[in-house]
Amino acid sequence: METLHYLSLGFGVALQPENLMFALMGCFIGTLIGALPGLGPANGVAILIPLAFTLGLKPETALIMLTAVYAGAMYGGRISSILLNIPGDEPAMMTCLDGYPMARQGKAAEALAISAIASFMGSLIATIGLILLAPLLARFALTFGPAEYFALFVLAFATLGGITGKNPMKTLMAAAIGLIIATVGIDLSTGTQRYTFGVLELYEGVDFIIAIVGLFAVSELLFFIEEKAGAGREMIKVNPLKLKWREILSIMPTTVRGGILGFIAGVLPGAGASLGSFITYTLEKKIVGKKGYFGEGDPRGVAAPESGNNGASSGALVPMLTLGVPGSGTTAVLLAMLVSLNITPGPLMFTQNADLVWGVIAALLVGNFMLLLLNIPLVGVFVKILSVPPMYLLPIVTMVAFVGIYSISHSTFDLYFMIAFGVAGYILRKLEIPLVPVILGLLLGPEMEKNLRHAMQISDGDWSILWGSGLSIGLWLVAIIGLVLPVVVGPILRRRMQAAKEKVG
Amino acid sequence: MFASKTIRWVAAAALALTASGAMAFEPAGKVECIAPSDPGGGWDFTCRSVGNVLEELELVPASVQTINMAGAGGGVAFAHTVSKRKGDDQLLVAASTATTTRLAQGQFPGMDADMVNWIGAVGADYGVIAVSKDSPYQDLNSLMSALKEDPRSVKFAGGSANGGWDHLKVLIAAKAAGVENLPRIPYLSYNNGGEAMTQVIGGHVDAFTGDITETQGFLESGDLRVLAVLSDERLPGDLADIPTAKEQGIDAVGPNWRGFYMPSDIDEDAKQYWVDAVDELYASDQWKKVMKSNGLMPFHPDSGEFQAFVKQQINDIQSLSKEIGLIQ
Repeated sequence: METLHYLSLGFGVALQPENLMFALMGCFIGTLIGALPGLGPANGVAILIPLAFTLGLKPETALIMLTAVYAGAMYGGRISSILLNIPGDEPAMMTCLDGYPMARQGKAAEALAISAIASFMGSLIATIGLILLAPLLARFALTFGPAEYFALFVLAFATLGGITGKNPMKTLMAAAIGLIIATVGIDLSTGTQRYTFGVLELYEGVDFIIAIVGLFAVSELLFFIEEKAGAGREMIKVNPLKLKWREILSIMPTTVRGGILGFIAGVLPGAGASLGSFITYTLEKKIVGKKGYFGEGDPRGVAAPESGNNGASSGALVPMLTLGVPGSGTTAVLLAMLVSLNITPGPLMFTQNADLVWGVIAALLVGNFMLLLLNIPLVGVFVKILSVPPMYLLPIVTMVAFVGIYSISHSTFDLYFMIAFGVAGYILRKLEIPLVPVILGLLLGPEMEKNLRHAMQISDGDWSILWGSGLSIGLWLVAIIGLVLPVVVGPILRRRMQAAKEKVG
Repeated sequence: MFASKTIRWVAAAALALTASGAMAFEPAGKVECIAPSDPGGGWDFTCRSVGNVLEELELVPASVQTINMAGAGGGVAFAHTVSKRKGDDQLLVAASTATTTRLAQGQFPGMDADMVNWIGAVGADYGVIAVSKDSPYQDLNSLMSALKEDPRSVKFAGGSANGGWDHLKVLIAAKAAGVENLPRIPYLSYNNGGEAMTQVIGGHVDAFTGDITETQGFLESGDLRVLAVLSDERLPGDLADIPTAKEQGIDAVGPNWRGFYMPSDIDEDAKQYWVDAVDELYASDQWKKVMKSNGLMPFHPDSGEFQAFVKQQINDIQSLSKEIGLIQ
């Protein structure tokens, strides 16, 4: 009942005209970002963070816009999967398998509509899951002391690469880079300065937002420039939509299964949306069995991964909001945004910032309806924008990034710092070192260190406090599984994903 | 409208005249207020709310523009004011006890309190020491006797760094209560008061040190018991039930004041104008309303005495920090 009360409060926030407008804007931009190949949701949200600061948005409005971008990017990823056979982002890879064949059979419009409906269902189910689960988990979070938090952060790092991650060494290296950067600034436990070299701007450590915008957005710009900011893609023709109610109803069971499974994959740290869409696709193929024609344009093969990855993206918000531990790269970026708005995720946020949390959750529901409306009649607009040459997008993104960062602190130092991070991000990407672990290391490193030292202070230096409760032992076990599983199961899963992809290609 | 405006200007001018007895200074054009933090923090609030009321009272000709300049806990803004804004008589910078703490501990390298003009305070948030509702400690004295027996028996959680204001409040109270071996008292630092309180309520840490406004949510829900507020007198309104440390026989006061400083090298009558403007603002009904709705408590040293108060606070913090070995 309390949940319903808070939810109605949330709708009060989400339905304010200003918030509605920014939610709509976020949905539109998000779909666009998702549709552009290569520009994933984490980059998309990172690029728009400065915009939120430039416009001087209130915390709830800024967060509503960015979650709308996040949700939109998950919708948008499927557009280029279906039309171009190039996934807009990684989780949309599985959508290529049946989406592109459908498009080649002249059923592109149907594939787009079905995937939009599946995305909607997946998101809806997972948002309901979020509403039910988050407050429970938030209350549970009170039982987390420093020892439990430390184990939880170890778990987050252990599962960092994800089960499908390619190169564990590079992931580890990236996380270490993040941890190194995180040591700069005042050491809270002793009050001494570390690695600041008397530079006042470094006293509070490296600002997450500057690091994120530099690493993601600025390095993205450098890549654009390198690719000569060439001409747009050829125009793609989309046939007029002929979708019957019967067809929509026939994919409903698929989307419900996909949404639930995706949500669970999203809540688990490290699993994320890519795994969500993979599992749902494979499961759906097993359930339908011989009656289906998966890989040759089966509508259920489009619906399953789409409901799965949208479900997972909402699910990943659960650990981020309740424990402050992000389950994916994009939620890490959202977490950094929260921290820079002086809001600490955790149990306290659900009561002290109730309007904000529930406003964002309600906005997810509202945004989901907006996205469905945007994505069925207006899909042609997105298809057209796909063919806009990047040289027109480039200056806009550059301007937003620079103005935004400057408007946060009015410091040119931060601008140079952002450019330095951009160049570093470019080099790391060239070396195929993933950027998300860098951000996670930067975000979680100080927290992990702090909790370890607090645990030691409480126990007067007795290490056994770290596995002193059932909860922490459980967390350690999951962390060990998370570390071992990718080595055992990872290669098998990856081979299967690759095989599935090659069959179509 | 015109009449009231004229009267205010005359009043302000008269105040300035009586105070300085010289040519009256009046701000012209844009007035700036630097908030040395990101938007959303306490300093940001100080600038924006004071700016609004100054405009309403027509103590400034046009608007007050808030500029956020985060970094080094106010150090970046302090350095900017000292080195680049000398003689600028239309610039206010928000400050609080966090500023004096850092100045006292030499955390703004090469800079000290004499390099700026301290204008005045507009209210304060008072320190509290609190425990969870299940805690065995019922009053401040029982907690302090436990500390006297074994300084490691009560562990404190607060929102500032080690040696920061939240930590110092524990030490101020413990020192007043006669606890020896202050450096042995465990203090766990968190990112903010909320995080620290969650750990105290979850039963992981024994006691919370912070400001009264931070505790309001958990105070209403009954999860937190405030043992003492570190103010001279009991606080107004609903908070009047909370005993002060003083009435429990422990002479400890810890106001986290909010106020302003200005650059050095400004004319005496310009400085006087702003001191008087802050006085008038503090006395106004509009400001009382802002204080009430934001939980800000009365705190306002008489005009001219603020500079002396700031220096005294810095000295006190300095000697305490030396005592616990934080600085040499």
